[in-house]
Amino acid sequence: MSTSTTLEAPNTGTWDGGNEPLKASYGKLMMWFFLLSDAFTFGSFLIVYGLSRHSHMPYTGKVEDFYFSTEWWPIPEKVFNAFPGLHGMDLPLAFVALMTMILILSSVTMVLAVEAGHRMDKNDVQKWLLWTILFGSIFLGCQAWEWAHFITGDDKGMLLADGTTVFGANLTVNQYGPPLFADLFFFITGFHGTHVFSGVILLIMVFINTVNGVYHKRGHYEMVEKVGLYWHFVDLVWVFVFTFFYLI
Amino acid sequence: MSSTDIAINKTDMHHDHEEHDHHHDQNFFEKYIFSQDHKVIAKQFLFMGIIWAFIGGFLSVLFRLQLGWPEATFTFLEPILGGWVTNGKLDPEFYLAMVTMHGTIMVFFVLTAGLSGTFSNFLIPLQVGARDMASGFMNMLSFWIFFLASIIMFWSLFLENGPAGGGWTIYPPLSALPQAIKGSGTGMTMWLIAMALFIVSQLLGGVNYIATVINLRTKGMSMTKLPLTIWAFTLTAVLGLLSFPVLFSAALLLIFDRSFGTSFYLSDIYIAGEALSNTGGSAILFQHLFWFLGHPEVYIVILPAFGIVSEVIATNSRKPIFGYRAMIGSLLGISVLSFVVWAHHMFVTGMNPFLGSVFMFLTLIIAVPSAVKVFNWLATLWRGNIRFTAAMMFAIGFVSLFISGGLTGIILGNSALDIQLHDTYFVVAHFHLVMGAAAFFGMFCGVYHWFPKMFGRMMDEKLGYVHFWLTFIAVYLVFMPMHYVGIAGFPRRYYNWTGFEAFNMFTDLNTFISIAAIFGFTAQFIFLFNFIYSIFKGRRATQNPWHSNTLEWTTPVNPGHGNWPGEIPAVYRWPYDYSKPGAEQDFIPQTVPFSETQSSNLPQERVLE
Repeated sequence: MSTSTTLEAPNTGTWDGGNEPLKASYGKLMMWFFLLSDAFTFGSFLIVYGLSRHSHMPYTGKVEDFYFSTEWWPIPEKVFNAFPGLHGMDLPLAFVALMTMILILSSVTMVLAVEAGHRMDKNDVQKWLLWTILFGSIFLGCQAWEWAHFITGDDKGMLLADGTTVFGANLTVNQYGPPLFADLFFFITGFHGTHVFSGVILLIMVFINTVNGVYHKRGHYEMVEKVGLYWHFVDLVWVFVFTFFYLI
Repeated sequence: MSSTDIAINKTDMHHDHEEHDHHHDQNFFEKYIFSQDHKVIAKQFLFMGIIWAFIGGFLSVLFRLQLGWPEATFTFLEPILGGWVTNGKLDPEFYLAMVTMHGTIMVFFVLTAGLSGTFSNFLIPLQVGARDMASGFMNMLSFWIFFLASIIMFWSLFLENGPAGGGWTIYPPLSALPQAIKGSGTGMTMWLIAMALFIVSQLLGGVNYIATVINLRTKGMSMTKLPLTIWAFTLTAVLGLLSFPVLFSAALLLIFDRSFGTSFYLSDIYIAGEALSNTGGSAILFQHLFWFLGHPEVYIVILPAFGIVSEVIATNSRKPIFGYRAMIGSLLGISVLSFVVWAHHMFVTGMNPFLGSVFMFLTLIIAVPSAVKVFNWLATLWRGNIRFTAAMMFAIGFVSLFISGGLTGIILGNSALDIQLHDTYFVVAHFHLVMGAAAFFGMFCGVYHWFPKMFGRMMDEKLGYVHFWLTFIAVYLVFMPMHYVGIAGFPRRYYNWTGFEAFNMFTDLNTFISIAAIFGFTAQFIFLFNFIYSIFKGRRATQNPWHSNTLEWTTPVNPGHGNWPGEIPAVYRWPYDYSKPGAEQDFIPQTVPFSETQSSNLPQERVLE
């Protein structure tokens, strides 16, 4: 290479190299790409849900007369109508609405943590991360209760053709309807729950690092931002899971 | 973390857990085993790919023995196969397992990990002008998770009940019911675990490739100054990123069906006269999920070969690649279309015929970008000042195979013709030519071409020619007759056909195919010898042995970690300025500014002087 090359300036447009064209570090890009691919994973699960449900009969009678049967796909409001401590009351979707609110609230606190990171305010980052961890954990706890109730079943159960009654659901028998309803419920909410759980672990790691001043020394709180992206994604996925399982 | 990425990214401040106090010498483990240097990781992928290719090839020789000589006794195989040979006859279930493992190994472990793992890792940082991948650590993880997947898959070959045997597409219910065949037992469980790990490895690699290409291009390296290799590798990574997670979902659901009693894919099944309790699932659903990966997967296999071949053909024709932007456009077109054609693998599964015609239409559109690529390669060769290096021979061989295999693709893409041809040897011949042999040729092409950069030595050209001609002839001798066998209606995956009167007339042809296959497999040992011998004893390479324009040839003969000893060179021009009229030499590297080449600048380039 001759010396004149150093005097020559190469092009310096947005996509001309030597910069970050999307104004994002490689770490953030990687997180975005990971989330994109994870969206495909969840997308295929939800498509499996849609197709499985489509291949089952819907309930056609009056809502008041509804009862659980393997003949038709259950009405979600009739399945998810319990609330901890309020035994036997019919509160359709009340508990799951609360769960959803808590998760959405955790996204708000996450935003605040990221914003505090931009201001380099260590104390605020700590505070909001802690709230996010708390809300995330409460969500997981709620889901555990929801699962436990789903597994134990209600007092009525479902009368089978051979005269026995089943209570609750597992991967093979299901008091609420076709076995596939329970299979999909466990699988998809479980897969989402695993994501939330990983998110909480990540948040705890980031929280410890924040407390130890790792990011403050580094001069930026980008790690909080990256975990934040993941957390919002998991939140967004829940909105879809919620819509598919509980609302439609 | 090792002493690696010291000054790697000036713009990047986000190396977590990074110690900045290093410069110490790397020990053996850091340098060769748990290395974070993309060049070492690329070589690791290459070695693993070669080992897997020989295992996969050996399996194909075994089942070709059975197909070629169905009446023969194979007592001589007992020392190797032990219990799988009884009274000189191969166990039919073992035959199925071999076919399954041959497919799995070749498609995933050789032509996905071995091909794009090697060349994406090796060439992306070198050709975009980066010190290393965006995250060396994740890159290392990607290899070691692949290694773990390899161990599990390899281990499954030695199970008493044999490895997975349900075909590489592992359709349930066969693969979901361990009591169905031996090959659906532990072998299938290990297959699923290995593939899940494999997918994780691919995703780790993929996000790295894309992030590197977006963020770590050197100054001046705009997207339209990238060599076509990089475009191909990037799009390959995008395809992997979007399609592998769907296979992951499909595999997870299958694992639940197999091990935890769910019924996602299972319904109304009687096995050995006994009804299973599973109800409500759909086996077709698995096929949709599988082929949503499966079809992009064939492009994951072939796109890197496209890139490598474009680069090698341009360099060795001493001509700019014909239609650079059209090449990028066709890569993009193929990538997009690859996601909307999956159901052409399912024309006869009972899918709605109207849906079949939609997928047929979309499938046939792929012929357009594919033809654009073929014609551009031919136009690049046209009147070129061709240098027949070994790599160039393989590149031209690739184009030939891609044309031959692509033409039968147009036939198979027709849903009506597929009624006759599906699941016959016609399909086998088609995809072996167009994505099996062709991708292998792309891989050989890349190895011969970039060997000097990888090991600082040249491979032996004469042995390369011998290897090329023997392989090229063998490939056609194997797969051309296979088309005829397929048109005659021979179904694939059958242990033997001697029970069918109609197929007896083709016994000789099958023997011929088997002889050619063994011949072709043997020829690969020439490559193996050449490869290993040249690593240690090959002629020493010069800095730019092929007089190529791309950035990797501006590094020292044996680039250290960080690739360029000084500053990373800036880029001023596209990579295909070969034989430019008025230039002093017949190539102008990308690092030469226009001010130095006033005699050859075109009118529109004057402003850049």
